[in-house]
Amino acid sequence: MKLAIASGKGGTGKTTLAVNLALYAAATRRVALLDLDVEEPNSGIFLKGKLKREKQLFRAVPEWKKEACILCGKCSELCRFNAVLKLGKHILVMPELCHSCYACSELCPENALPMTQKSLGFLRHYEQDGLDFVESKMEIGVEMATPLIEQTLAYAEAEIAGADLQIRDCPPGTSCSVINATRDADFALLVTEPTPFGLHDLSLAVETMRHLDKPIAVAVNRVGIGNDDVFRYCEAEGIPVWASFPHDRRVAELYSRGETLYDKVDSIRTGMDAIHTQISSLGGGK
Amino acid sequence: MIIAFTSKGTDWDSKMDPRFGRTDYILFYNEDTQELSHLDNREVADQAHGVGPKTAQKLFERGAQVLITGNGPGGNAAEALKQMELKIFVGAGEMTVREAYEAYQRGQLAQGA
Repeated sequence: MKLAIASGKGGTGKTTLAVNLALYAAATRRVALLDLDVEEPNSGIFLKGKLKREKQLFRAVPEWKKEACILCGKCSELCRFNAVLKLGKHILVMPELCHSCYACSELCPENALPMTQKSLGFLRHYEQDGLDFVESKMEIGVEMATPLIEQTLAYAEAEIAGADLQIRDCPPGTSCSVINATRDADFALLVTEPTPFGLHDLSLAVETMRHLDKPIAVAVNRVGIGNDDVFRYCEAEGIPVWASFPHDRRVAELYSRGETLYDKVDSIRTGMDAIHTQISSLGGGK
Repeated sequence: MIIAFTSKGTDWDSKMDPRFGRTDYILFYNEDTQELSHLDNREVADQAHGVGPKTAQKLFERGAQVLITGNGPGGNAAEALKQMELKIFVGAGEMTVREAYEAYQRGQLAQGA
């Protein structure tokens, strides 16, 4: 079972929910937690696992070999991302626009654009009491998150085969990163808050997940602030609300110290139990 | 000297287009021959990424030495434009092409990166 914890709006509690659910579930089953918010992964703040493996991740971009080039300009004509430009007698490669499709490199008649490896950042795999935790962190200056997300998912597929529940802490929003992080998930749990902003971005996330034919449910955080429009929306749209967590100062205090909640706050534990029951009823296992 | 303008139309009375990469047209004025020609750039509208560098490539191919525009090119386009000897003047986004050219001649436009 691959469960994506996503949201439209940032700061609704994806990480808090993902981490606490992972630890809660790890008491009874093998769980893998993947932090796919590679631009700013922060699940690790709440975990104290032991580093098992560290791996640098790369992606291939072409590098221009001036001496081999005959300046035919094919590379520039065929790049659909405008990442290769012919400027007079110079071929300029824009690595940040390159999607690593190899077209220019493969179709260059003179092999003047060999692919070279460009660092994206690091993947780190930790272990903690039956929980496998993997986070990937993008290097400063790297603009494209999707290759890092894809490689992190591939790593989990290959290296953490034993986990029967995979929880993904996804990036916020509805952009390419989110699509990559949720595309092959079995289920998406969308975290929101009961405010107009929360509802607006939730509806965008719902629309996105429906495009992907993804079954969804909602968790509502900080109930007590805002209004009940989010609940009315979910009812009207036929989206199950798996859990609602009351707005609670104690949660904020624990969170600010980087502590876990499921083992200290009753309402959180109840919520995790409700979510875990729902997951299990979906087929529980694989 | 060939001067390039980002514009909404194809003649001197057209409004300038403040955008660089996604400008509708690029007008080229050759000061030596006093010829005004244009290039339809609207094909880039469907492209999600990298239109700035692509537009820069078009300037390069036409041998422009001066660019007069509105907001100025973004980071990727600026990277491509660095490869050529090009003086960039910004702040003409609200003018007509004629007004922009006159302002440039009077030295009233700020030089951009």
